[in-house]
Amino acid sequence: MNFNFFSKKKVEPPVGERVFDLLAITMLFVIGMHATHVPWWLSVALVMILGWRWWQRRQRDGSVPGWLKLPALALLTLAVIVHYGNIFGREPGTALAVGLLVLKLLETETARDARVGISFACFALMAALLFDQTMLATFVVALGLLPALATLRALEPAQAPIAFRHSILASGLLLVAALPLALLSFVLVPRLGSPLWGTPSNGAASTGLSDSMSPGDFIDLLTDDHPAMRVSFGDRPPPPNLRYFRAYVMWNYDGRNWRYAGGRRALTQPAALEATRSIAYRISLEPTQQRILPTLDVPLAAPAQASLRPDREVVADRPINDPVTYDLHSALHYRLQPILDDATRVAGLRLPDRFNPRTLDLGAQWRQRYGADDEAIIRAGLALFHDGGFRYTLAPAPLGRDAMDDFLFETHEGFCEHYSSAFTILMRAAGIPARVVTGYQGGYWNALGNYLLVRNSDAHAWSEVWLAGRGWVRVDPTAAVRPERVTLGAAAAAGDQEAWYRSGWIQGLQNHWDIVNRWWDQGVVGFNALRQRGLLTPFGIHDTDTTTLGILLAIGSVLFIGIGLAWALLRRQPRDPLRAAMRELERKLASRGVKRRSGEGPKHYLSRAARSLSAQREELATLARFYLELRYTHDEPPTESVKMFHRMVRDFRPAGVVK
Amino acid sequence: MRGILQRIQTLAERRLPALTRYRRAESVPIELHRRRIYIVPSGFGAGFSVLLLVMLVGALNYANNASLLLTCLLGAASAASMLVTFRTLDGLRLSHIHAGQAVAGEALELTLTFESARTRQAIRLDLDGQSIPFALSPSLAVGIKVHMATTQRGWHPIPRLRLWSSWPLGMFRAWSWLHPDQQVLVWPRPETEGPPPRGASDDARHMRLHRGDELAALRDYRAGDPQRHIAWKASARYSNLLVKDFEQPQSRPQWELDWRQLGGLDNETRIARLARWVDEAHTQRRNYSLWLPGDEIASGGGPLHYAHCMSALAQLP
Repeated sequence: MNFNFFSKKKVEPPVGERVFDLLAITMLFVIGMHATHVPWWLSVALVMILGWRWWQRRQRDGSVPGWLKLPALALLTLAVIVHYGNIFGREPGTALAVGLLVLKLLETETARDARVGISFACFALMAALLFDQTMLATFVVALGLLPALATLRALEPAQAPIAFRHSILASGLLLVAALPLALLSFVLVPRLGSPLWGTPSNGAASTGLSDSMSPGDFIDLLTDDHPAMRVSFGDRPPPPNLRYFRAYVMWNYDGRNWRYAGGRRALTQPAALEATRSIAYRISLEPTQQRILPTLDVPLAAPAQASLRPDREVVADRPINDPVTYDLHSALHYRLQPILDDATRVAGLRLPDRFNPRTLDLGAQWRQRYGADDEAIIRAGLALFHDGGFRYTLAPAPLGRDAMDDFLFETHEGFCEHYSSAFTILMRAAGIPARVVTGYQGGYWNALGNYLLVRNSDAHAWSEVWLAGRGWVRVDPTAAVRPERVTLGAAAAAGDQEAWYRSGWIQGLQNHWDIVNRWWDQGVVGFNALRQRGLLTPFGIHDTDTTTLGILLAIGSVLFIGIGLAWALLRRQPRDPLRAAMRELERKLASRGVKRRSGEGPKHYLSRAARSLSAQREELATLARFYLELRYTHDEPPTESVKMFHRMVRDFRPAGVVK
Repeated sequence: MRGILQRIQTLAERRLPALTRYRRAESVPIELHRRRIYIVPSGFGAGFSVLLLVMLVGALNYANNASLLLTCLLGAASAASMLVTFRTLDGLRLSHIHAGQAVAGEALELTLTFESARTRQAIRLDLDGQSIPFALSPSLAVGIKVHMATTQRGWHPIPRLRLWSSWPLGMFRAWSWLHPDQQVLVWPRPETEGPPPRGASDDARHMRLHRGDELAALRDYRAGDPQRHIAWKASARYSNLLVKDFEQPQSRPQWELDWRQLGGLDNETRIARLARWVDEAHTQRRNYSLWLPGDEIASGGGPLHYAHCMSALAQLP
């Protein structure tokens, strides 16, 4: 008896070339998927290590010696620490994990190593989706699973030789076969209402509206063509000049920035709203990392998991880190806050001291000139922008300390931020309560998909002024300068050349692509706990709880397992036409009482039959001779003869038994 | 640990015949079917499912539907691979077994012929610590050779064989036991040295004396030719070994081997000595006859005669 456990461990043979190739391809997918957020030099270095290792293994089997592996490991850790500052957290952790995975390949020799490598490669591929869960990324990750599964297949011994692409194809087939069950479990796996542990924030890197605004801030946003949200309307879409999506309502101006006060204001009740016409719509919002939810004009109520704030802006309970979809009703013709209390009026008139003296003077002059006629003052303000030699440009000249003075009296150029900011200050100076609103305006109507695509470049800022009897009224001073801004969009208004990718068939392609992406965002990425609970609404169950989901999942799984088992247990008899013909003859003879005994050869059986059916002795003897010849003189009986035999059997009519 | 497992297995086979009925011997052909194929996750499969669970919890926690979808896909594919693993064995047919010949103590070669109506990959046949992988093509019989250890002469049942597979992903392991109801005959082991049969030594001397005269020709070396017949000088001129061929085997006196001559010895020693004589006579390509209690084999030569004699010796009580 051998008690030495170490010697019992069998030395596994090194894996074959095919396995290693597939493994290397899987690793390439992992590196590729993580290339977007791992420093570029790390990706390049890892690809080079991978390539070198692959080449080295082509020359001869064998793992890389320790004196090479250990420094590589140390170098990787060091590089990650130097680049990120530490090795904890999502980004450095991922970089380190991908690096380790590739370094693991340096010592991958046995089947066991390869299996471990594949397992963690699958894990790393999934982890890549935490950074980017677009349809394209998901599809690429799914493609990456093909070489991973093919590697596992290639690890099995003794296979019939198979071409490389067939081994990939076979894995694809397995995935396709698994798709129905996967979709079922995807839909029915109960989602968590709240995360078990802290979810990472994506950082502030992405562009989007922010809760403060100073002239010139939007410039990154206005040149960013990424989708911000997609809006579909229950009925007809509103006309272009009414497509204002409110996000932040800003009261506080400190001489440079407009700020959103958010929940800091004492007033908690949403402002009164008298609506005469409302419109129903659904917004699919891309992640913003912020809590504000843009709404078309003034919403009647907040959607679930969000609340309506004093100025009827909608704030979600949690930052939007993943795409969300929400349904809303908004008023298009309304009176917002027709009665203004004193505190709000004071807030709406507050201006910082010692900033923009000339602007304040101008406002005061207008008040003197037009007396109590607020609307005349507004007209004066718009007329100033329209006729005062102002220019709309996305590249305005820089502004000094008294930014609005510089803009109104010196540079005369800017975009929506400049105009809304200047206009609001003028109105306040003239004694009209006013505020800045930021959000989106316009959008691209995708006729194919029947929805409005709003891009980041559709970000916009405008003013709202309070008029006695009418409440808060939207005034878009930018429209006074460049009406095209409202009808065509920011880039068009700036007079830039049409971007090449905005024309013709490319735009058609973009439309289709955007529809697919929207479908993905709404159907897959946006399928959250809330949507899951409403899953069975068409069947009359309005709140599908976890237990129901579990039961459904179990039933569905059993169903699929049943189908799978039916397939697995299906036994197809090899088709043998000669045998089938003989069976037919046996059936015919059995009906006349001559049954073939088990273990009885055809010769004996047919001669017995010939004795019993003496009237057809000749016929049976011919059949027997023919059958024996077909069965025993050929390896593969000729098809023609078999057909002929079958015909003869068919024509054979057994007469009554002669006892 | 292994001992305990074996004891549990023996107990289970005694107490739960329903569970283990297909482990009893049965006659070939044996076709595997669902009631005799067992399947469990392999170690890798268990590890992988733990990993899938981690991915599932992670995807749910981060409300990341894309990775949840792919985790479900991977999980479903793994589950589907279980069915493929099962199908690898289901319907497999052991059509017949051909046993080779071996003397006790040497490995006996068994050729198992498998048939299948469809392609099957990566099946493994386990016996005595050997594991032979093979693949099957549709309607093409494949003979798999395994070696069975032998210790004693006589009829021995073929031990239980295990067929298993973890195709396609290695996550599940399906296996089935084959216990063919077939016996193999193991020949007795000849003793290593002992006296020659009565009257044999004179012949040998006589032969050596006349060796030079009787040399008829040179021929290629064949396995089993005695070393002293090799024509070393002649061989040096050619690439292969040449052997001096003595053309008159008939002229050699035949041996009459007789059980009764070996009185005073116990049975096994007698058998071993007779086996050695038969062996020697065969090597020297001499005719011989064999008398055994209850069996008398007339004089003859050649491999068939040799096999006949050895088998008769093997079957002695």
